[in-house]
Amino acid sequence: MLELIVISTLNGVLYGMLLFLMASGLTVIFSMLGVLNFAHASFYMLGAFFGFQISRWFGFWPALILAPLLAGALGAAVERYGLRHVHKNGHVAELLFTFGLAFAIEEIVQIIWGKSPVDFRVPPLLDFPAFTLFSTNYPAFKIFMLVVSIVIFIGLLVVLKRTRIGLIVQAALTHPHMVGHLGHNVGRIFMLVFGVGTALAAVAGVIAGPALVTQSNMAGLLGPILFVVVVVGGLGSLPGAFIASLLIGLVQTFAVSMNGSLAGAFGPLSPDYAATWLSDIWNVTVAQIAPIMPYLLLVLILIFRPMGLLGTRDT
Amino acid sequence: MRKLALIASIALPMLGGTAMAQETVKIGYIDPLSGGGASVGEVGLKTFQFLADELNAKGGILGKKVEIVPLDNKTNPQESLIQAQKAIDGGIRYITQGNGSSVAGALSDFVTKFNDRNPGKEVLYFNYAAVDPVLTNEKCSFWHFRWDANSDIKMEALTNYIKTVPAVKNVYLINQDYSFGQSVRSQARAMLGAKRPDVKIVGDELHPLLKITDFAPYIAKIKASGADSVITGNWGQDFALLLKAAADAGLKVSWFTYYAGGTGGPTAIKQAGLNHQVFQIAEGIPNLGHASADVFEKALRAKYDFSLFYPRAVNEMRMFAAAAEKAKSLDPVKVAAALEGMEFEVFDGGKGNMRKDDHQFFQPMYIASFGERTDKEPFDEEKTGWGWKLAAKIDTPQTVLPTTCKMERP
Repeated sequence: MLELIVISTLNGVLYGMLLFLMASGLTVIFSMLGVLNFAHASFYMLGAFFGFQISRWFGFWPALILAPLLAGALGAAVERYGLRHVHKNGHVAELLFTFGLAFAIEEIVQIIWGKSPVDFRVPPLLDFPAFTLFSTNYPAFKIFMLVVSIVIFIGLLVVLKRTRIGLIVQAALTHPHMVGHLGHNVGRIFMLVFGVGTALAAVAGVIAGPALVTQSNMAGLLGPILFVVVVVGGLGSLPGAFIASLLIGLVQTFAVSMNGSLAGAFGPLSPDYAATWLSDIWNVTVAQIAPIMPYLLLVLILIFRPMGLLGTRDT
Repeated sequence: MRKLALIASIALPMLGGTAMAQETVKIGYIDPLSGGGASVGEVGLKTFQFLADELNAKGGILGKKVEIVPLDNKTNPQESLIQAQKAIDGGIRYITQGNGSSVAGALSDFVTKFNDRNPGKEVLYFNYAAVDPVLTNEKCSFWHFRWDANSDIKMEALTNYIKTVPAVKNVYLINQDYSFGQSVRSQARAMLGAKRPDVKIVGDELHPLLKITDFAPYIAKIKASGADSVITGNWGQDFALLLKAAADAGLKVSWFTYYAGGTGGPTAIKQAGLNHQVFQIAEGIPNLGHASADVFEKALRAKYDFSLFYPRAVNEMRMFAAAAEKAKSLDPVKVAAALEGMEFEVFDGGKGNMRKDDHQFFQPMYIASFGERTDKEPFDEEKTGWGWKLAAKIDTPQTVLPTTCKMERP
């Protein structure tokens, strides 16, 4: 039992940190530009595919640096030449723009790399068990993923709290209009934030690609969860996104490891109802509904605390 | 004049299309070519194209060229029906599908209804891999033919084998959460309970179909349960990723599977170091030493970078050709009648037959384990160096199970 708890905690934290890498960019973009970037998870996917391609040519380590830079530059370009023009037509147009962009990116990825998974391997240097815990091996690459996410998290925190640019970004988070009125080049800040945000998603892509599956539907699988993280954490709140990411990572991982069901709690259903729909509900285990847990959380948060766990404004 | 030219330009290619259609036998291949099932769907497609080439090299079916038309269904029943309609609109009279019993159920239903409403335009559905027993029992259809042994037949054989392995004491069931996975889980419980009452089922898991990218939480749970063996019907990436996570965690148990040989499976088994601890029940494996099968296997490997995972597809295409020749017609109704009760020498040798009562094909089945090879096993898988070794053979008569099908014939 202890083994299950420790390993599940590790897995949950790892998944949560991965979510945070993506959600951090999304939540900052969301609150500054006021637009939910539907294409955010697509940059995660682009990161994975760029990482795959570059690691083919130059190896994994250059890919870890180059792929996010490339995806970030692409993100900045999207903001500069796409979103900024669409911005004039209001938020709905922006939303639709990113929505279309997500599909366009998916199609382009399919054209270039095909629809089936690509063979993105863990680099040989990290392909060994890092340690053995109660006879379960923990892969070194996963520890590496964890370390990278934590380093980036700390780096992000330092930049936001200790630098001038961070100060402006923070101000723009809560009072975007005021920052503009103060004479800062809001356009450039937006472009920067969009670029950095997408680059962070791409980092997540490069490190998640070899551990999970790199294929053209990976954005679609992860995208919806990101929105849950942003809403649960609270709009524009980085600490909120951090807590929500870990929360969802842990909830999902632990839910999988639980076998409880209504039948387990209240005893088996009376045979009269065995053939009805009630028996399905009665016997379904927590593990089976693990994938919908985050969405359940989303619904509950929206009902009881619409501004999110650490959010301060609800617009 | 301009209008006339416009009409002509639209109509002419269409005329060309119908003229072409008469010279080819088109088979609509409705399977995932994107999403989680794509890795197996693409291997299936290439296998069928290879088989079409084989038939065409011998002059096709009744002198007509065989063409496989790929239609991507994303492992989604609704999408499959759209693709089936598209195929029918394009003049296709034969469709084949295998991945996902949820899809197969929808397709069988669709084809049956379509044929009821459109006499003279009947469509046949050849199922090469969807193994939910209901398709040849409660929900059987005259227009559906299945070449893969159904899930009950496979579980019967697997549990008979487990009966002879005393080391199996604590069994963990992990399956995909849809009709097929649920049928594997309930049959495993029932059959193990009857044959090995001493075996304890220490876990029974259903997970979402083709949506999990990291099985680490599930592996942690299997580990904690103290299981020594796992029974799973997982296929495609759900098997490869499950084994990959097991390899990462260093989980050492025996695996009794339906589809360990699918894309990515052998690589993951090798990584996990499970030498002859992963068993698969199938209608054929590469290392049986059957001469004509070996020739085919070599030719396939020379052309593609994968091995034959679907001997049943070979049986399907060869029997289709034989049935058309027997009926001297490509009319689906006549072909269906010719297929009913047909006896056939299967790909890996031995007699198989298409039971008239339910359109289930019965054939010799093989349980094999995957690991290091001896001189008797010439073929490896996915360049791992490891290959399949025969553990047990089940002859055709021992695979026959009763059916509840009440076939409605046209």
